[in-house]
Amino acid sequence: MADTATMTDGQRASTGAKRRKRSYRDSSLGDRIFDICNHTFLVCLMIVTLYPFVNTLAVSFNDAADSLKGGVYVWPRDWTLENYTYVFNEATILGATVISVLRTVIGTVATVFFSAMVAYTISRQEYVLRKFVSIAFILTMYFSGGLIPTFLLVRDLGLINSFWVYIWPGLIGVFNLIVIRSFIEGLPESVIESARIDGAGEFRTFISIVLPLCVPVLATVALFTAVYQWNSWFDVFLYNSSKVELSTLQYELQKILQNSNATASRTAADAFASSGNGSSNKVTPLSIRATMTIVAAVPIILVYPFLQKYVVKGMMVGGVKG
Amino acid sequence: MENPNAPAMSPRMLPKKKAGPHLFIKKLVQQRTLVFMSVPFLVWLFVFKYWPIWGWTIAFQDYKPAKKFAEQTWVGWKHFEFLFQDERFFRVLRNTLAMSGINLVLGFVTAITLALLLNEIRRLAFKRLVQTVSYLPHFISWVVAASIIQSTLSPDGIINELLIRLGFIAKGEEILFLGKGEWFWGIFGASSVWKEVGWNTIVYLAAITMIDPAQYEAAEMDGAGRLKRMWYITLPGMKPVIVVLLIMNIGNLLESGFEPQYLLGNGMNVDFSENLDIFVLKYGINQNNFSLATAGGIFKTVVSFVLLFFANNVAKRMGEARLF
Repeated sequence: MADTATMTDGQRASTGAKRRKRSYRDSSLGDRIFDICNHTFLVCLMIVTLYPFVNTLAVSFNDAADSLKGGVYVWPRDWTLENYTYVFNEATILGATVISVLRTVIGTVATVFFSAMVAYTISRQEYVLRKFVSIAFILTMYFSGGLIPTFLLVRDLGLINSFWVYIWPGLIGVFNLIVIRSFIEGLPESVIESARIDGAGEFRTFISIVLPLCVPVLATVALFTAVYQWNSWFDVFLYNSSKVELSTLQYELQKILQNSNATASRTAADAFASSGNGSSNKVTPLSIRATMTIVAAVPIILVYPFLQKYVVKGMMVGGVKG
Repeated sequence: MENPNAPAMSPRMLPKKKAGPHLFIKKLVQQRTLVFMSVPFLVWLFVFKYWPIWGWTIAFQDYKPAKKFAEQTWVGWKHFEFLFQDERFFRVLRNTLAMSGINLVLGFVTAITLALLLNEIRRLAFKRLVQTVSYLPHFISWVVAASIIQSTLSPDGIINELLIRLGFIAKGEEILFLGKGEWFWGIFGASSVWKEVGWNTIVYLAAITMIDPAQYEAAEMDGAGRLKRMWYITLPGMKPVIVVLLIMNIGNLLESGFEPQYLLGNGMNVDFSENLDIFVLKYGINQNNFSLATAGGIFKTVVSFVLLFFANNVAKRMGEARLF
């Protein structure tokens, strides 16, 4: 959409170039005041959006004891990697990082592949169960069993304290299904027919013809899913909180938050330090929290510029038929 | 083919006439690869999405996890009656409606305003920069966001520091923002705007690109200034999208979110931060009162469903695109 916007702007600018140009240059005083105010406002908005991130980053690279004195804003005063060394020497955090990565990778691959497979079957016009499967999926958009029945189901299935609880319940999203189906239906029918003539069966056609052609839409779904998987913490809390080996980074950060919530003020720092948990003055709850926040956010910050492009496009595709 | 006046059918189409169970099974066998590719997921769908509906029965029982289904005691509407007499439930309902209302109004106003302002930026590089920056908070998890918000609002956070520097409060009188219950709704609204405003502009900016540029030129000739053009052309151009989104959001009135309230909530602001979802979680998972919690959950789902149908009907009457 951002692309469409620029294109339209570009076209507008080129078609009415002369007239437009003149009207900008000769813009009235009121116009110029408006522009200045607008730019100033948007710059302030960017600062407000970014400052908390930058500040957290600065604190995470600043000496822990020094941070407590306050006054660290956008740049570390007393550089150190101590916080990161401490965090990654914790067995729990290391394990949580591995689980976070695993659930993101496995969850994304499974979701993308299986969603594409089901989407392919319901895009085949001649498939007898096409309507039935589509409606069965779409209906679930309008209701849900709710927290407790789902929890009891997961418990009865024996998925509590298991890695697979991260994968199974959210395996196929209806939105993903609709987006991929619309994309497949937009592919030229002749491509699939030619595969048929060459003797390929449905599965072969799906794997070697349809899947490669769907890469753009699958990238969108993959990025969506990966962000969802990486950011999830509630399922860890609900199902696996008693098994620390299955914890994730987001959940570890949530536990830190919950701790500081309980004490709710800076006395949290003292409590932590005196509990022996901190082991030395090298780290404090403040510095650990900032560091964990950055660790949990960095993968997202690194991929989101790509996300932006794909996801915006994907939203358009889904919007057409959704 | 259903048309009785149709001319004589070609012989090839004739067999279709005796469509019946036999033909259906024959086709199923013929298309077995497609069946194998989709039916396992139909089973998955049934287990994970439809089966929990059966779990609604426990709202009408005094559910004991250790007992079998046949051994449970049925109690009728007891849990619902309890809910509607429970003071805590009404407080929770009030919080839910207040927060989703705040979210709805603030979310719409800020996103529309930002879209209008972004549309007035001529320098594309700057426009894209603002967009990219404002999308960032949308992608991070609420846990990370809550951590950032907490440190911003903490006694030694930037907000308190600014207030001291500007002379609004004295040093040592730092405000414990998250400790003030009555401020929670405001903090929640501001946090949600911070996280989602940029992202929410996408759909409005898309609507703006659909506006015919000739309209702007005509308005310019008629002597309409910048603000007038924004007000009389851009804003009405966004109207259809705004209406559709508003209607869609009516169905979400009981969905005030769960994560921000849970993560930013604490003992001091619980009277204002606890909403329906947290209520269900606390009763169900923490206190093992599964029946009551399920009753609360059912209430939410049913009301949302009714609201959605209501909204859909309103949309139909108004001649706007329906949702389903």
